[in-house]
Amino acid sequence: MTLTSPLVLLAELTHRCPLSCPYCSNPLELERRGRELDTQEWERVLREARALGVLQAHLSGGEPTARRDLEEIVAVCAQEGLYSNLITSGVGLTSERLARLSEAGLDHVQLSLQAIDEALADRIAGLPGAHRRKRAVAEAVTALGLPLTINAVIHRANIHETRALIDHAVALGARRIEIAHAQFVGWGLLNRPALLPRRAAVEESLAAVETARRDYAGVIVIDAVIPDYHARYPKPCMGGWGRMGLNVTPSGRVLPCHAAENIPGLDFWSVREHSLEAIWRNSPSFNAFRGEDWMREPCRSCDRRNRDFGGCRCQAMALTGDAAATDPVCHLSPHRNLVEAALAEAEAADALEDYRYRGYGAP
Amino acid sequence: MAQNSEPSTHVVAPEAVPVIPRGVRLVEDAARGGFVLLAPERVYKLDSVARHILERCDGKTSVAGIVDNLVTAFNAPRAQIERDVTAFLGGLAEKRVLEWR
Repeated sequence: MTLTSPLVLLAELTHRCPLSCPYCSNPLELERRGRELDTQEWERVLREARALGVLQAHLSGGEPTARRDLEEIVAVCAQEGLYSNLITSGVGLTSERLARLSEAGLDHVQLSLQAIDEALADRIAGLPGAHRRKRAVAEAVTALGLPLTINAVIHRANIHETRALIDHAVALGARRIEIAHAQFVGWGLLNRPALLPRRAAVEESLAAVETARRDYAGVIVIDAVIPDYHARYPKPCMGGWGRMGLNVTPSGRVLPCHAAENIPGLDFWSVREHSLEAIWRNSPSFNAFRGEDWMREPCRSCDRRNRDFGGCRCQAMALTGDAAATDPVCHLSPHRNLVEAALAEAEAADALEDYRYRGYGAP
Repeated sequence: MAQNSEPSTHVVAPEAVPVIPRGVRLVEDAARGGFVLLAPERVYKLDSVARHILERCDGKTSVAGIVDNLVTAFNAPRAQIERDVTAFLGGLAEKRVLEWR
């Protein structure tokens, strides 16, 4: 197997965040501020990433604007020629700070929207008033000439707003929107009973996306895929384990995907002890599911194994207890019944369950 | 890596001036070889035709001007170059990674 160069770095600058969304992609055990990499350490990571072939850096979190040195981090990306993408909730982000980030060379802003309905949005975010700030942030982004993407995580409570979210993104001047169905690992799995939509709602949402794509051709790009629980085949998670990208946690641990810490027994190396190149090439966690040797049947002899790479390792772990199993959302998986059982529960449930909000300390 | 394969329905006028907007950059990809267009959450791998077209998108030259320039530079039939330029730039505009002045 030939080793490819990574294309994308997801830099989780901090796990601190004013929001507590129940589908948060951060691990259940959040890292505290005292363990975060400092400015110089991030500068080194970004330089090493660029030398390794990375072209795009997603500056994420938590809420990345909680870092006071974000301007310096953006400036290093610009110096190195890394395309910098700020992934933010916009909460606490002033137009003055955005102007400074733009000046430092920021390339793109991705702003999250929790819902259209303000009360619902604030309930999902777990923070009253969170939603109200977003319009001003979007306006400040477009006024600076920066491209804006709206990211909307879609789940049971807001899936009926799919079209309204797209309309709103157009009104905010976004060039792109991600209709991102909630993923059920970590916090998302913990909250699955409250998040998993019914099939009819999923079908309506997919139809709304198709209609909006026709209505807004050339106006906004809509990125949306069939949510994997409702699909026949798994998603090509991360474009293949250790193939396209790497994720650096706030304390410098390097993961093949942001949820990889949900897989027990993997040895994650830290940028505090190794170069990014050594980690990419040699760390046991990156090599654990590279290529095809680790695959079991039905993946091993499947003609899609080069397209979906067996699906999501974290999901296989979370549902079957075996990270090397076929992603159970695949209709060929012997564990598809686990997904069907969750879907049947979602069909039967009448009321929305309460959220278990993300936060520090055991959930 | 994203591909630009979908057919474009975008109409491209010869006098329109293509502009690469902020947040979209043409860069060399040393690790994998060749040139790429970096855009929000996208990396478009460029063949040499695409690269030569984009290098001429200076925010001043019209589509017709770019076609003229390529016809001279590559001594190629105008109709074919026009087709290539129109399809490529129209596709990028539809993906919101190119604007018109």
